[in-house]
Amino acid sequence: MSIIIHKNTKILVQGFTGKIGTFHAEEMIKYGSNIVGGVTPGKGGMTHLNLPVFNTVKEAVDQTGASTSILFVPPAFAADSAMEAADAGIKSCVAITDGIPSHDMVKIKRYMRRYSKDKKMGLVGPNCAGIISPGKSMLGIMPGHIYKEGKIGIVSRSGTLGYEAAQQLKDLDIGVSTSVGIGGDPINGSSFKDIVEKFETDDETIAVLMIGEIGGPQEVAAGQFAKENMNKPVIAYIAGLTAPKGRVMGHAGAIVSAYGESAVEKVELLEECGVTISKNPSVMGETVKQVLVENNLN
Amino acid sequence: MDIHEYQAKKILSDFGVKIPTGGIVYSPENAENKAREIGGSKWVVKAQVHSGARGKAGGIIVCNSPLEVADATDKLLGKKLVTNQTGPEGKIINRIYIEEATDIKHELYLGLVFDRSSESIMVVASTEGGMSVEEISKEKPETIIRSKIEVAVGIQQFQAREIAFGLGIEPKLISRVANTIVGCYKAFSELDATMVEVNPLVVSQQDEIFALDCKMSFDNNAMFRRDDISELRDKTQENSNEVYASDRGMNYVSLDGNIGNIINGAGLAMASMDMIKLAGGEPANFLDVGGGATPEKIVKAFKLISMDKNVKVILVNIFAGINRCDWVAEGIVQALEKIKISQPLVIRLAGTNVEKGNEILKKSNINYIEASTLEDAANKAVKALGK
Repeated sequence: MSIIIHKNTKILVQGFTGKIGTFHAEEMIKYGSNIVGGVTPGKGGMTHLNLPVFNTVKEAVDQTGASTSILFVPPAFAADSAMEAADAGIKSCVAITDGIPSHDMVKIKRYMRRYSKDKKMGLVGPNCAGIISPGKSMLGIMPGHIYKEGKIGIVSRSGTLGYEAAQQLKDLDIGVSTSVGIGGDPINGSSFKDIVEKFETDDETIAVLMIGEIGGPQEVAAGQFAKENMNKPVIAYIAGLTAPKGRVMGHAGAIVSAYGESAVEKVELLEECGVTISKNPSVMGETVKQVLVENNLN
Repeated sequence: MDIHEYQAKKILSDFGVKIPTGGIVYSPENAENKAREIGGSKWVVKAQVHSGARGKAGGIIVCNSPLEVADATDKLLGKKLVTNQTGPEGKIINRIYIEEATDIKHELYLGLVFDRSSESIMVVASTEGGMSVEEISKEKPETIIRSKIEVAVGIQQFQAREIAFGLGIEPKLISRVANTIVGCYKAFSELDATMVEVNPLVVSQQDEIFALDCKMSFDNNAMFRRDDISELRDKTQENSNEVYASDRGMNYVSLDGNIGNIINGAGLAMASMDMIKLAGGEPANFLDVGGGATPEKIVKAFKLISMDKNVKVILVNIFAGINRCDWVAEGIVQALEKIKISQPLVIRLAGTNVEKGNEILKKSNINYIEASTLEDAANKAVKALGK
């Protein structure tokens, strides 16, 4: 198994008929993802890319049996769409949208507390590259062909740095079970810990590569979890060694505002948790390989 | 987005927070009149720049006559204020705030931020007003009170009261302090703020509660619905290259080094900067041209980098995913036909169709150094500095 998405996962595209939604829906279909339809309020009844369009997520779920959605809705309406998905019974939703206000993210997370754990939607993103389980399904905007099928779980804030890692692994003939982009926003749907936890229970994943950056407590929280609850080795790289304090480095969440949020401090804290650190971004693949050899997992 | 003290105070006063009487001025004559209009016998002349620690830097002057107010204004206007937060280049003083002086009994600290662990709004308070929150957490951590606010229902009076009692406020002033805290919370939650800091919040000799200094920051992502806030942006307080970049949809942060960067993706940009540092160099900037790296973006990026006089070498690092390397390479060739650069140029392409991309660059008449990995690119950029 992989995590979150598998070969037959039925997927809806929210913001389906827009330019960006259309482009990436086509890419996902080409990759082999099981897209079953889309939602654009007001365009229900249409056919787009030979697939049905619905007015509401509820209607779409009823008629297609979709369990998963991907969101390309503009920032002003994205929070509303995510809550609509949660309410319609969608199990996993990836929000690609960049630029959702933080106050809206807090609202979504508060809204989702009304669902019991087994009914609660897992939100990934926003401002992320999405999820890919190589050879099975792609729920995102990444270039699918750079991912080799395999056994390493990747979780990354950054999109391009996640691609960099997948490419380095592929060049070393190492494959990926699932790669999850959790996005660069300060408040996001799934944390590093949420994803790392899923990798620990996934039969197909043998080790986890975590690609973090400056800002926020999530990388260290995942490290603590790994120390206390995980058997699988965790390898991490933290970007932003040279980032000045108090400045936002592209990602809204990439800002050092408290102790433990700089790259140097995160690396120290992760090492204390027994996480193997990739010393620089050029050796993420090699560091994974070395850990696999040390643990007789290659 | 940051705003000025006087703008933040106006917002807070709209939410029921008391502020000393004051007004904004743009000239010494203006200032003298404003002081007379405010009345009293003591005034504070405050340079309006986007920075804390203005007092220590000489940006805040206490005056005893309207004439002194005019002199102090004259002294500050048009100057650059260098604080421990502005960097050596400082920030230009274009506006002066004149305020009646307050007789202070106690100085308190009050701040509101998003707490990323609990994903709620956090109120932070301390009896040690006047010090920065970093200093307080280092020197008097035991004085810090933290209270998480449930965003669905907002702050409750009892929570504000608890904070006020925690600050040792005398009983008759509790409700005034609590109302101040509630006002700050409302401003934070209703206006898409990311930070509200009142430092100091003071109890005056007359037992009034005043926000004596205030900083507010807002979520750039929410400006589409906050026209009234986005109008408060003062571009003279921002680095001009950063303004140029943000106006064109790019993320740019100016740094002290001399290797200019053009990269797609914030994470990859930070990683490339790290590699430069590890290779013994210093990055001149952080620049994320966005996941797309379209030819138009590349042209703008080269323009931006060439505006920085400190740049001695340019490093381009693009991981082409959906956009193929051959297409990115065409973009670079087109860009360099439009913009002449004199510095050595290191280019590293990776991802889809990397061979084709490199072939296009080789066949063009661009003078550049080809790099294969992140490490190779950083090493070559640092080496090119020496030439």
